Amino acid sequence: MSVEIKTNSISTIRNTYSHIKRRFGDKPATRYQEASYDIEATENFHYKPLWDPQRSLNDESRTSIKMKDWYQINDPRQFYYGAYVGNRAKMQESAETSYKFCEKRNLISGLDESIHLKILKYLVPFRHLNLSANMNNSMIAGDSVATTVAQAHIYQSMDHLGMGQYLSRIALIIDGNTGTALNTSKTFWIDDPMWQPMRKLAEDSMVVKDWFELSLLQNLLIDKAVFAFVYEAMDEWFATLGARDISMLTEFMRDWNKDTTRWIVAVVKTAVAESDENKEKLQAWVNLWEPQVFSALVPIAQETVGKDALVNVQNELAALLKKTGLQSTESTL
Amino acid sequence: MSQLVFIAFQDNENARYLVEAISEDNPQAEVQYQPAMIRIQAEKRLVITRETMEEKLNRDWDVQEMLLDVISIGGNVDEDDDHFILSWN
Amino acid sequence: MTATKKLNLKQKYQYLTRDMDWEPSYQKKSDIFPLEEFEGIKIIDWDGWEDPFRLTMDSYWKYQAEKEKKLYAIFDAFAQNNGHQNISDARYVNSLKLFLSGVSPLEYAAFQGYAKVGRQFSGAGARVACQMQAIDELRHSQTQQHAMSHYNKHFNGLHDAPLMHDRVWFLSVPKSFFDDARSAGPFEFLTAISFSFEYVLTNLLFVPFMSGAAYNGDMATVTFGFSAQSDEARHMTLGLEIIKFLLEQHEDNVPIVQQWIDKWFWRGFRLLSLVSMMMDYMLPNKVMSWKEAWEVYYEQSGGALFKDLERYGIRPPKYQDVANAAKEHISHQLWSTFYQYGQATNFHTWMPKKEELDWLAEKYPDSFNKYYRPRFEHWDELQKKNQRYYNPTLPQLCQVCQVPVLFTETDDPSSISHRDTVYKEDRYHFCSEACCEIFGNEPEKYVQAWLPVHQIYQGNCGGPELPGVLSDYYHINLGEDNLEFSGSPDEKRWNEMKGIKPSKKDDAA
Repeated sequence: MSVEIKTNSISTIRNTYSHIKRRFGDKPATRYQEASYDIEATENFHYKPLWDPQRSLNDESRTSIKMKDWYQINDPRQFYYGAYVGNRAKMQESAETSYKFCEKRNLISGLDESIHLKILKYLVPFRHLNLSANMNNSMIAGDSVATTVAQAHIYQSMDHLGMGQYLSRIALIIDGNTGTALNTSKTFWIDDPMWQPMRKLAEDSMVVKDWFELSLLQNLLIDKAVFAFVYEAMDEWFATLGARDISMLTEFMRDWNKDTTRWIVAVVKTAVAESDENKEKLQAWVNLWEPQVFSALVPIAQETVGKDALVNVQNELAALLKKTGLQSTESTL
Repeated sequence: MSQLVFIAFQDNENARYLVEAISEDNPQAEVQYQPAMIRIQAEKRLVITRETMEEKLNRDWDVQEMLLDVISIGGNVDEDDDHFILSWN
Repeated sequence: MTATKKLNLKQKYQYLTRDMDWEPSYQKKSDIFPLEEFEGIKIIDWDGWEDPFRLTMDSYWKYQAEKEKKLYAIFDAFAQNNGHQNISDARYVNSLKLFLSGVSPLEYAAFQGYAKVGRQFSGAGARVACQMQAIDELRHSQTQQHAMSHYNKHFNGLHDAPLMHDRVWFLSVPKSFFDDARSAGPFEFLTAISFSFEYVLTNLLFVPFMSGAAYNGDMATVTFGFSAQSDEARHMTLGLEIIKFLLEQHEDNVPIVQQWIDKWFWRGFRLLSLVSMMMDYMLPNKVMSWKEAWEVYYEQSGGALFKDLERYGIRPPKYQDVANAAKEHISHQLWSTFYQYGQATNFHTWMPKKEELDWLAEKYPDSFNKYYRPRFEHWDELQKKNQRYYNPTLPQLCQVCQVPVLFTETDDPSSISHRDTVYKEDRYHFCSEACCEIFGNEPEKYVQAWLPVHQIYQGNCGGPELPGVLSDYYHINLGEDNLEFSGSPDEKRWNEMKGIKPSKKDDAA
């Protein structure tokens, strides 16, 4: 073997993977594209699932919504895993600063016992709703096809777990890390009549089989209504009671709500635009679920911000639905 | 038959301190250097102690920080605020 | 409120995860968790679940973002500095081709599988542990796409991995493995993937092979490999916890779990035979032989593990001894097979150089010179006469593991191990007693297998002629991706890059 002067041959022989090229043309691809498009198996599955022998693995018919190409539904935030955790790490860093600050200055633990009780009764129980949202989105991540769809749902799932943990920490601040406040709060969720429509809604969502219906219900109808209600309307109500500092501990949820609204609106909008059949189905699901979401909020609103505050919430949700091409039922509250 | 527990780390700056601390707390442990990694094995039990790590590093150290550098483990895990313990019954 | 005792880490984590759960009353539990019972597993009390790790989401985001930041900094540096020029030898890249088409799609399938079981258990602790693994597996599949992205721009064979995974003959080995696990129930899935694969076997892939990547100058691969492994430590703890939990819950679970362990150990062992040849043949600079790796990571670690599990009435996997004995042979037998079928692969094959043959002889004193070296030297002779050997006949695949029937009998390394059985008037073929037994336990599952060779013969892969199947259905770029390494476009570019003048064949064996 003889060695000669090294020639410069670092020019590339292709720009990107063939599956990315077929979709986006022969040019360098973004990290979102290479991480998210056509990496999921689509054919030649070996065995029918024991748990669903009528269908194959990665079967498109696990929802009745139909798309010619499921990758048409993507994420305007362009979150692949690395981008996602990077974003959430920043959000958690600022949340951590707020929690530490509140703990150090006794901003929450120093509040009146009656305010503590209100926090435990009206705010903290929403952590249970975070848990059903966590489960629902995990199911969707497992059942949906196309990485652009599935990955965003596992992010939703983990986000809800994280937010449930933040709410739990508020109770741990109140009870000095003993768990007694969390026990108190959970009792409201289980037994208090005011919470029962909401708990029923959570349980009903967990038996929805069609994953697209579930995503619409969970990520658009429930989340958008609940987050506007809890972290805007109720947040102001707590401020009037002298508990403005609670806001610092729920800033994460407000930021998160903004971030995910762009995504879920894009998801639903794309499915609506695909066909009239999709649109009809989605509208029927809105008609079915939207009134139930608001019925579940009414008793909580009545004891806190007042029922009228829900009109705003409903208008905001109606505006989002309109963006997707659907219509709010504008049920009477 | 011998029952070895083991832990492997990426060979980087953090691992240097981990290896030092582990060797100190587990004098029976055997340290093996392989390309890009360090593997430590011991009969039945291996412990990483927060206190020793904090002495080595001269700063606070959370046991979960080792999740950044660990590559593999063998043994039952018992983890609390102060220790990470690998053991076989 | 000043109150009772402060919570310790374990209690606090329980409050921050499973305490968010509640007993449903508006819907039946069996409707919310419909898949928890059909496998016959009995769970008396999910409170017995020990959380395998206690990582809340805020810490998860923080640590994972830190890992990703480091990882992507290295990917960027690797691409900017054309790090592919620093690897030991272009032959090395062929192991990456096998990795990207054979392993990365499994990471994705694991994401899907864990997301699914992360919803199915009524115990919130177990669900959360599975969900965290789901998102980790997504991470691995995506970082692998990104790590290989640069190699894809400079080498052939990496360009269409997901499609190849669905279609190419030998990739049905990994694909059917994960399809098998995902189509099972949730407890079998965890026994298969978390315990048998992650805990017992994947060290063999990710530890010595990744260390080998480092030894061959591949900074990108060792970095994603070890960064992924740092998640794996959590996954392994989950694997051990699920087994202990199932065994502690009810004695009726023991025989079910034992049968799953027997099955999945063997399925995993057959799958990893691909790794054996990556280690012994595809890494130009060798870290350790497959045999040595098997001894450390299976015989030693697995031995300690199964001794620990004895108290539950669990014994080591049924066909463990066959697997242990096979450590002398499988890498050589598999490389011989891929060498013969090099026209039908997305990576190159070659005959080892003289010093590599000597290394193999030293590492395998009882088998290599006796059984394999003569054949290799014969093939090398043929190649020197421009008669590089390719086998034109499609191989017989095992109905279960889908590896061609090529392994030998434990007591006679010169005779091929082959079993067959008749089920509902059709005859099925197997590579081993173990695969035949797995079939016998679930024939209705395994008769469904999409066997690539059968599919070609039935005309389901784009035509009757092999070249058409390879180029049009498999998307293998003929003359670029496949065939012998020496003379390949990869080799030519590498030589130009390194300023190596093509030599005569005299440095080969």
